[in-house]
Amino acid sequence: MKLSSDEQAMLDGEDGSGRQKAMELLVRYGEALGAEKFVDTDNVTGTMGSSSTFIRDYFDTGDDRDKLFSYFDLDSDEAVEIPKARTFACHLQTRFEPQRPDLHDTPAGALEFHQDNQEYTAGLGVKMLNTCTPYVVGNTPAQGEHCAWMESSAVVYCNSVLGARTNTEGRESTSAAMLTGKIPDWGFHRDEYRFGSHHVKVETPIESVMDWGMMGYYVGKMVQENIPVIEGISAAPELIHHKHFGAAAASSGGVEMYHVVGHTPEADSLEQALGSRKSAENFVYGINEMREAYDELNAQGNSDDIDYVMLGCPHYTLEQIAVVCRLIEGKKVHENSNLWIFTSRAVRNEAIKHDFHKIIAKAGAVLMTDTCSAMASATPAGTKVAATDSAKQTYYLPSMLGVEAWFGSTKDCVDAALTSKWRGVCP
Amino acid sequence: MSADKIIMRGRKIVGGVAEGEALVTSQTISGWGGIDPMTGTIIETRHELCGQSFKDKVLVFRGAKGSSGWSAAFHQTRLAGCAPKAVIFSEMTTKVALGVVVMRTPCVSELDDDPLEVIATGDWVKVDADNGIVEVIPK
Repeated sequence: MKLSSDEQAMLDGEDGSGRQKAMELLVRYGEALGAEKFVDTDNVTGTMGSSSTFIRDYFDTGDDRDKLFSYFDLDSDEAVEIPKARTFACHLQTRFEPQRPDLHDTPAGALEFHQDNQEYTAGLGVKMLNTCTPYVVGNTPAQGEHCAWMESSAVVYCNSVLGARTNTEGRESTSAAMLTGKIPDWGFHRDEYRFGSHHVKVETPIESVMDWGMMGYYVGKMVQENIPVIEGISAAPELIHHKHFGAAAASSGGVEMYHVVGHTPEADSLEQALGSRKSAENFVYGINEMREAYDELNAQGNSDDIDYVMLGCPHYTLEQIAVVCRLIEGKKVHENSNLWIFTSRAVRNEAIKHDFHKIIAKAGAVLMTDTCSAMASATPAGTKVAATDSAKQTYYLPSMLGVEAWFGSTKDCVDAALTSKWRGVCP
Repeated sequence: MSADKIIMRGRKIVGGVAEGEALVTSQTISGWGGIDPMTGTIIETRHELCGQSFKDKVLVFRGAKGSSGWSAAFHQTRLAGCAPKAVIFSEMTTKVALGVVVMRTPCVSELDDDPLEVIATGDWVKVDADNGIVEVIPK
C-alpha cells in the first residue's frame, strides 16, 4: 500500500505504540483487500472493547483493559497503551439489557464484565449509543462522508439513504480506525463500486413497514451481495421504511447498498443509479413475489399459540413506539404471551417524557434498550413460538434460538401479544 | 500420485504455508450466528455444511455473508484452537479479508482457476500463500 506521510509516521511509532499497532493491523487488512491506499475517516461505529469473558480469560489479561484491547481489538502480540480515539466514534448494540438482567440468562460475572467494558470504552472517548440505529440518535453522517461502520443494517442505511460511504467493517478494523482515522480505500469508498447491478421493477404498492420488510427480504435473496436499484416507488419512503427494507435485504442477502429511483441520493434517475455498469439484471417485484416473500418468512411458524412478540429490530424509533402505545393503551398483554420492545437509550429517554413507558408497563409489556433477542439470546422463559414485525429477526430467531417465528405487520404482532393467537395475514 | 497433482496460482491474502484435508462449499459462510467459534462448527441450519467442523481443515468456500461480527467470530476460532489450517476463497469482501487477517491462517484468493470446481472435500491441499501457490492432490 502507498502510505501518506502521516500514515507512515503512525506505522513508525511516532504517535505512540497504540496507534502504531492499529496502523499495522490496517496495513495487513488493506493488503489483504488489495487496496492501494487509505482514506481519512472521522466517523467510526463499532463494538470496540466489548470482549467476552472467554476472550479475557484466554489472554489472561485480568483487569488490564489496554492489554485485552491490544490483543483482541488490534490483534497485536504485544500489549500497548491504548490512547483515546482520534475520530468521532460510537458503540453499537450490546449483548446485555442493563436494566433488566433478570429477563435473560447471564453467565456468572458476565454482566459485571460487560459493565467494565462499557466504562473502559467510554473512557477511550467512544459515545455509548448502544444501538444498531446510530443514524437515528446522534450519528448521521453527511453525503459523501467516509465512515467505518459495523452492523449490516446500519451500513446499508449509511450508504443508501445518507449517501455516506462505508464498507461493512468489523470489530478489529473499527477499533483500529478510531485510533488512526484511517480505513482502506476500497469498495464503497469508491464511486465505481456504488453503481447498481440489478434493476428491480416494482409493480405493487409498497407503503407500510411490512411491505418494505417483505420487499427487502425478497430483493436481498435475489441479489445476494449485489446492489439493487428499485424503480416504481411513488410515495417517498420514510426513515422507518428504509430501516426495515435495508435490514431485511442485508440479512437475506448481503446487501450493503441499494438505490430507490427518485428517492435516494445517488439515484435521481435509473441511469445515474446504474452509472457506468453497462448492463443490469432485471426482475419484477409484484404481488406474486410479495406473497412468496410472506410465505417464506412464515415457513418457520407452525403453532399459532404465540408466547412472545418481539418488536424493535432494528431498534424502534419514537414514532414506532407511539404506534404501539396507541394499539395497547388500556389493554393487557395476554397471560400466555409476552411483548418486548427494543430501542436505543436516547429514544427510551424521550419515550419516558411522553409517558410511553407507563402505557407499556401498564399493558404488561417491557421496553428494553441496548440489545435485542438475537444479540442477547434472550426470549421470555419457555418461549417456543415468537412473532415479530422484523424480517431480519424472523430470519435469525429460529436458527439462533430454536424457536418458531411468525412475521407480520406491527398491528398483527400486537394483536398476537394481546390474544396469544397468531391471526396475521398477507396484505 | 504426483502426476495427478493440480497447481493453481493466485494472490497471497495472508502469508504462510500449511497443508491439510479440504472442506469445500460453494456457498458463502456466515460468521456471527453462522458458526460456533468454540468448536469451528457451521451451525446455520440452511447451510450445506451444517454440523461439520472446519477445525484443522483447509477451508475452501465462496466467501463471507451475514453479520459484521464475521471477523470477531473467526478471530475467536483461533483462540479456541478451532481455526482452519489454511483458507481459500473466491469472492473478496471486507468481512472475509479482515476475518482471515485476524485468524492468521495462510490464505490465497484470486486463483487462475475456480477453486470451488477444482477442489473437492477430502482432497489434500497444500497452500503456499507466500508464493501464491495452491497444490491439490485429489483423494
